[in-house]
Amino acid sequence: MKHVLSAVVVNQPGVLAHVSGMMASRAFNIESLAVGETENPEFSRITFVVSGDEKVLDQIRKQLEKIVTIVRVIDFSGKEFVERDLMLMKVAASGSNRSEVKELVDIFRGSLVDVSPGHVMIEISGPEKKLEAFIDLMRPFDILELVRTGRIALLRSNEENVDVDERAACEDPTAAC
Amino acid sequence: MSTAQQSSTSTKTITGADILIGALVRNGGDTIFAYPGGASMPLHQALTRRKDQIRTILPRHEQGGGFAAQGYSRTTDNVGLCMATSGPGATNLVTTIADAKMDSVPLIAITGQVPQAVIGTDAFQETPIVEICRAVTKHYYMITAEDHTDPASVREALESIPRIVREAYFVAKSGRPGPVLIDFPKNIQLASMPEDEIDYDPAMKLPGYRPLQRKVAPEQIRQAIAAIRRSRKPILYVGGGVINADAAEELTAFALKTGIPVTTTVMGIGAFPGDHEQSLHMLGMHGTVYANKAIDEADLLLALGVRFDDRVTGKLDEFALHGKIIHVDIDASEIHKNKEAHIPVVADVKDFLVALNTALSQDDCPQIDEWRTQCSDWKEKFPLKHTQSDEFIYPQEAIQELWRQTKDLDTYVAVGVGQHQMWAAQYYKFSKPKRWLSSSGLGTMGFGLPAAMGVAAAHPDALVIDIDGDGSVMMNIQELATLFCEKLNVKVFLLNNQHLGMVMQWEDRFMEGNRAHTYLGHIDDKMATGDGDGTFGETFPNFVKMAESMGVGSQQVSKKDELPAAIEKMIKYDGPYLLEMICPYQEHVLPMIPGGGTVRDIITE
Repeated sequence: MKHVLSAVVVNQPGVLAHVSGMMASRAFNIESLAVGETENPEFSRITFVVSGDEKVLDQIRKQLEKIVTIVRVIDFSGKEFVERDLMLMKVAASGSNRSEVKELVDIFRGSLVDVSPGHVMIEISGPEKKLEAFIDLMRPFDILELVRTGRIALLRSNEENVDVDERAACEDPTAAC
Repeated sequence: MSTAQQSSTSTKTITGADILIGALVRNGGDTIFAYPGGASMPLHQALTRRKDQIRTILPRHEQGGGFAAQGYSRTTDNVGLCMATSGPGATNLVTTIADAKMDSVPLIAITGQVPQAVIGTDAFQETPIVEICRAVTKHYYMITAEDHTDPASVREALESIPRIVREAYFVAKSGRPGPVLIDFPKNIQLASMPEDEIDYDPAMKLPGYRPLQRKVAPEQIRQAIAAIRRSRKPILYVGGGVINADAAEELTAFALKTGIPVTTTVMGIGAFPGDHEQSLHMLGMHGTVYANKAIDEADLLLALGVRFDDRVTGKLDEFALHGKIIHVDIDASEIHKNKEAHIPVVADVKDFLVALNTALSQDDCPQIDEWRTQCSDWKEKFPLKHTQSDEFIYPQEAIQELWRQTKDLDTYVAVGVGQHQMWAAQYYKFSKPKRWLSSSGLGTMGFGLPAAMGVAAAHPDALVIDIDGDGSVMMNIQELATLFCEKLNVKVFLLNNQHLGMVMQWEDRFMEGNRAHTYLGHIDDKMATGDGDGTFGETFPNFVKMAESMGVGSQQVSKKDELPAAIEKMIKYDGPYLLEMICPYQEHVLPMIPGGGTVRDIITE
């Protein structure tokens, strides 16, 4: 069973190494991981896709929350959220099939971001299934190279939103905030 | 490197090293175990400038210093401090740090680091100690300037030191305690700023770390009381969390009020008086038969500050098979980790017990007369047993005699790891918390002597004993020199059976007695292959001479009738002392539940 977890972490060197090291040493299975700054540069958001049953997921969440530089972990299971992967792909496309590729890219709401005499580069984002479908469609055109990011995701509702500015303002662990 | 050039010459400047030592003192640091080297020399220079406020003890190996700091932590309310230089000094602290993590011991380890300008170049004595230690620390810091060539950036790093030290203390002690590493590059140690501009009382900056917010909900107390009231065979399964939470008094009050029998883990020893009739003593692999039987038959487990370790549970599926479980722990990740709890409580176990004791009426106390009689019967029927002899010194008898002679002296006992550790856990009955020190989770041989050294530094007037084995003691034997030079009054109670006894015991039980590198004498001895006649003449090494060479008083005894007087002499001796007892090696630690077994697999003969 795959689950999406989102962690707000203090944006400092070593946090990602700590997180991935902990996951590896406890034999948790990370399917994908994406990290980037939040609306407040003091914090980053790490989005994990992990696999395991409820018990494993519970342990992953708790072990993550124990890491001092992790501010908050939210388990997206059973919640409404939007998730996206981003992919860049180089496809062999000379004159004859270029328009066909372009058409498919348009249908998938991707875009051509670079054109060379022998190939094009496509940028496409979306849920994993859409990307998988697109890859399958492109295979006959000879995919030269492909790169994908880890999953990023946000909850649709704002109720469990981690207000990072509020967190940033409350740095004293002994304070009642 | 200095940022103070621009300030007026009349202003006194202070170095980064001095700021760090000053911050340790301001947070309560009064003793540090520190071994110097190239990358930590400025820190040692700073320590000499504050020698009236903080005592620096020079161990003979960094690991010894680290365990001494643990000995200090485990027997005080303060945080133990140890320090080493970069590279090998730092890596020698790793075992101590991992040990502190496993046993939830607050500890601050400070390591010197090569200057920032050469970090990452494989410089002399450079190791990425933060990288190495990430998985075995609770938290870590590296005091660096974002741009070490920019004076403003270096100044920022200097200003962060008091905050980092304050946070390190807070993180080490709060919530589930643990070790914190501060790695300190030499360029920042040497950099300086005007002394009057340093803020020693800065705010902490730990967003998201909220260990004090765990509160017991009244509903959880109601549920717990309902379960207690309904129970007919309840048992208290108590661990180190109770001692860390300073809740031994509340636990004892609860146990006495309800009459519920108490069993402890190795870490929980001392949380409840071991000589009380309600105590079932230790449970688990080498626990008593009666504790393990009681756990097996119990209908309610009050699991307080414990983590259902495999050395306790054996086969998890069959552990406490009939019991409902109330599990209280401050670390949420321990709840449901190994064993599903019916009433999980994430809280400070002291808060839980205070709330429970307050809410518990006499009517809530369960009807357990039958159960108590059952437990007493088991205690009578299956006492701890060992070989009897009028001639030889059996380790169990030696420890019992030691207990008889020291129980009224508020004695501290540290142990190494192995058979002697388990015998000490079984036969020395502790009546107070924080008197027993054992490397329990990591099981580090060589823990006992340096840990005792740290206790002696914290409690100079107390009787401090290291019960050790001849294998374990050799792993940090160099600390005998520290005992003498630093005037630390530790008594080493050395049970010498010439073997790595615990491994030998497994060889005897599970590997047809094939000796595989468990004999500690010469390889040409017949004993090395297990072909001896069961006796040994002169033992190796000569511990008496070794102790003498390091200024430590010593005696070797091998006859049972010599023992009481020898122990008395050891206690009365003015200064560090080593009493070596030659013991039969054929003795096994019993009872024993083989790994992954259940109480039905228990070996008693």
